[in-house]
Amino acid sequence: MNLEKIKQAMMALAPQAPVVEAPAEVAPVEGAEVPVAQKGRPAVLDTDYAKKGFTLDIELPPENVVAAAEILFKEGLSIEAVTGVDWIKDGQLEVVYDFIDWQWHGRVVVRSRVPRDNPQIPTISEVFAGANWHERETHDFFGIKFIGHPDLSPLLLPEDANFHPLLKDFKA
Amino acid sequence: MSHLAQTQTQETFVLNLGPQHPATHGVLRVKLVMDGEYIVHAEPVLGYIHRMHEKMGENRTWAQFMPNTGRLDYLSALSYNFGYAAAVERAAGITVPERAEYIRVITTELNRISSHLLWFGAFVLDLGGFTPLLYAFDDREQILDLLESVTGSRLTYCYFRFGGVYNDIDDNFVPGSLAFIKRLRARMPMYHDLVTKNIILMKRLIGIGPISAEMCRRYGATGPVLRGSGVQFDVRKNEPYSVYPEFNFDIPVYHECDSMARYMVRMDEIEQSMRIIEQACNKLPEGPIMAEKAPKIIKPAPGDYYFSVEAARGSFGVRIVSDGTNTPYRLKLRSPTFSNLSLFAEASQGMLLADALALMGSLDLVIPEIDR
Repeated sequence: MNLEKIKQAMMALAPQAPVVEAPAEVAPVEGAEVPVAQKGRPAVLDTDYAKKGFTLDIELPPENVVAAAEILFKEGLSIEAVTGVDWIKDGQLEVVYDFIDWQWHGRVVVRSRVPRDNPQIPTISEVFAGANWHERETHDFFGIKFIGHPDLSPLLLPEDANFHPLLKDFKA
Repeated sequence: MSHLAQTQTQETFVLNLGPQHPATHGVLRVKLVMDGEYIVHAEPVLGYIHRMHEKMGENRTWAQFMPNTGRLDYLSALSYNFGYAAAVERAAGITVPERAEYIRVITTELNRISSHLLWFGAFVLDLGGFTPLLYAFDDREQILDLLESVTGSRLTYCYFRFGGVYNDIDDNFVPGSLAFIKRLRARMPMYHDLVTKNIILMKRLIGIGPISAEMCRRYGATGPVLRGSGVQFDVRKNEPYSVYPEFNFDIPVYHECDSMARYMVRMDEIEQSMRIIEQACNKLPEGPIMAEKAPKIIKPAPGDYYFSVEAARGSFGVRIVSDGTNTPYRLKLRSPTFSNLSLFAEASQGMLLADALALMGSLDLVIPEIDR
């Protein structure tokens, strides 16, 4: 894959932000009051692989994730996982996509945030067939609706499940 | 659907495979739409052993989640210990002493051999050959004894700690491992003579169940499935971690893309794992087995971290999100067979049912790891 080419293409999907070097690591802070969500970050971020485990961190608006997946598919990357994170304090759900390149052994993370009260994002299962199950699982756990997904019935949860256990306000 | 029988009436029927079927090795159900003996459509139904490990992770401290990692893939549990421990070490910035890394590699590779041996026996059992299973279990038993003496358990290991391992090896471990390798080396030609070169096995596997490299890429399949499709990707080489760069070993790759290729990759990997163990045993340094500065209470810096290891079935990834407290904010376990199985529906289309079972066996499924 061509990292520069991917960066350029991703910038075009989020044209307002420049590429910057990764900021210095935040020191561990006591207590849970830390604002964990990074606000106002640039769309394309070079990350330190040794510290983070991935080389490129991309944040895009939900409507652009399919275009991003197509770019990464053309560059020869494979999909590793799709998952979610519940940022309940921000009222947002984050969808995280991990892509890996088998030749260059780099990992690209694409993330996108959707509002918690109406979580919707287009499916990338048309581009990466493997995303089908990962997105179904993410729908199971977080209730995120993947628009255009062929079948969002529960995959790992019971077939009549109407709850989403990984939401932070889920009570068993 | 080239093999599909061309019937006039296009009559199909639904066949349930599992959830209690011996060929699915656990509780996996596959809903098959059949046209005679041919599969029109296969739909794996998951979740029978789903335990929501990821939610459990959010309800306990970083260290308390370690036993859970031994219960995902119960056949190569140490790789999962490894992936989780290393992910948290990356997040918390803990450096592991060299001796601990060597012990981790030796035990993980022993575990990989035991996993491949069990797969070998069970796979041939799927194809109708009962005897090899008994031989494979005999060999595997030696590994379990060795690992039991060090880790304290035989199957669901919880041996790694953040910053090292829980227990140093005893005096018998290195000689025992080397003696075991000598024994297994002598037995591998027997396996190849009796099983690999068996005409029935060859007819069941060669040219059956093609999975192309392109299909692997679309589905994110890794491990022996990918290497049987001609792609040289192994996390230990391509994304090196721990002390793996210090050892000489090859990544077996076969280009035939069929069930036989996946079989051969695993058989060759046994030999490569033995090479790693030999080198590691001979170079094993003295020193501590736990990092002295490893904190008792782990509080990684806020942010997200990823760590990937090569488990026996492919790349196992741990994505953790920390909010700086002593419990994970989010813990994602990316299990290899989840992705490997997801291509089954496409790969099995138009196949004979018996061939599809051979294909499923060659994917080396472990259901608790798929369902998590």
